[in-house]
Amino acid sequence: MNVFRFILENRGQVLDLTLEHLWLVGLSTLFATLIGVPLGIVIAHRRRLNKPVLAGANIIQTIPSLALFGFLLPVPWLGERADRLAIVALTLYALLPIIRNTYTGIRGVDPAVVEAARGMGLTESQLLLQVELPLSVSVILSGVRVAVVISVGLATIAAAIGAGGLGEFIFRGLAMVDDRVILAGAIPAAILALAADVGVGWIERSLQPR
Amino acid sequence: MQPTVASPVIEFRDVSYRVTGTEVLSGLNLRIERGETLVLLGRSGSGKTTTVKLVNCLLSPTAGEVRVKGVPNAVGDVIRLRRGIGYVIQDVGLFPHFTVERNMGLVPRIEGWPADRIRARVEELLQVVGLARDMALRYPHQLSGGQRQRVGVARALAADPEILLMDEPFGALDPLTRDELQREFFLLQQRLHKTVVFVTHDLPEALRLGSRIALMEAGKLVTVLSPQEFLRSSDPWASAYVRAFGDGLESAANRGAS
Repeated sequence: MNVFRFILENRGQVLDLTLEHLWLVGLSTLFATLIGVPLGIVIAHRRRLNKPVLAGANIIQTIPSLALFGFLLPVPWLGERADRLAIVALTLYALLPIIRNTYTGIRGVDPAVVEAARGMGLTESQLLLQVELPLSVSVILSGVRVAVVISVGLATIAAAIGAGGLGEFIFRGLAMVDDRVILAGAIPAAILALAADVGVGWIERSLQPR
Repeated sequence: MQPTVASPVIEFRDVSYRVTGTEVLSGLNLRIERGETLVLLGRSGSGKTTTVKLVNCLLSPTAGEVRVKGVPNAVGDVIRLRRGIGYVIQDVGLFPHFTVERNMGLVPRIEGWPADRIRARVEELLQVVGLARDMALRYPHQLSGGQRQRVGVARALAADPEILLMDEPFGALDPLTRDELQREFFLLQQRLHKTVVFVTHDLPEALRLGSRIALMEAGKLVTVLSPQEFLRSSDPWASAYVRAFGDGLESAANRGAS
């Protein structure tokens, strides 16, 4: 079991694939945040929309990842490039925790605080930016955190459609029945997940209002 | 353009408010004059809070019209209206992520006051509501209930609004602190002469603070009386209140005695 020697010998490739992996995860998390947070804000204020939106994000979550990659393959613009498709799929998966936590975070702000803010004459955008978002930022970021950790794991499957990332080692190792190769993908992926968890946690704490 | 008779600061004209079929407020007619403290007295569900929220447009009437300083709420600028009205609620609603200073200075800040003027105003306000200067940098969770409500009152006064709406502001406080804040508020109002609408279900508080008491029951205004009139009133609802609270009310109506 000389995994570490294997990794060391192939460090160039390990590094490349790790960076690819980061690229897939980072970009999809960014997109999911850019879509999910506003969507969460909207459904926190327009309560009629909350059931359909959350149900939609839930349904996406229930589609097995390999199947989702497969479903998206024939879609015209997406199917052209594997990484593009992988990023879209990962974005879709990351949406649910981000939307749900944004919704929960904003709805969790003390109603008395919101009423006082309205009564004092804050506009809706002032209310959102100065009161609701600062008070729910830690809940929202813990949603992002969950999304990142899920994405790091899921992104390994993107290798199945040729999108690269650390999954390449895992699939190759499976084909070769070689544990060392599987672990050369799995270990860096695990480290990546832990690092992302710690990293977002750190951002969460530094943004936390008292 | 203004008639010679002083127009009321707040006026309700045949105002009703219904929500999902139940009439919370029906046919309210009420004029609140400049500088008076009008107490809305009534039990839970009598429509007091609804009445207050109709003034600062947190609710809109389903019939009738609310006018503030002669302008119907339905046509005015809601944000401008609210910034000119101080609002104090039972749960205070301080911003937990802001210091006392920022809580007090929020409306001045969004109104674009320069920083040094806000700072000076905050210092003045701390004194007005009887808080030590070093409270300015505390967070709401570091304050006692009474201190929190003092900050709530100061925050409402920050931009020097003409009107103050107070919805059971002292309702959640212990009796001693409540007594203290009532007395201080009474003295403050003697000095500031704001137009105050004060909600309570507590008759002694109403007698003590109100220049007039508007008694409400089941969404209707029963009667409007001065504290002295209230004690002698033969109105069944008013006398039911007097009976429920029993002795010692005279002294409350005579103010300051405590």
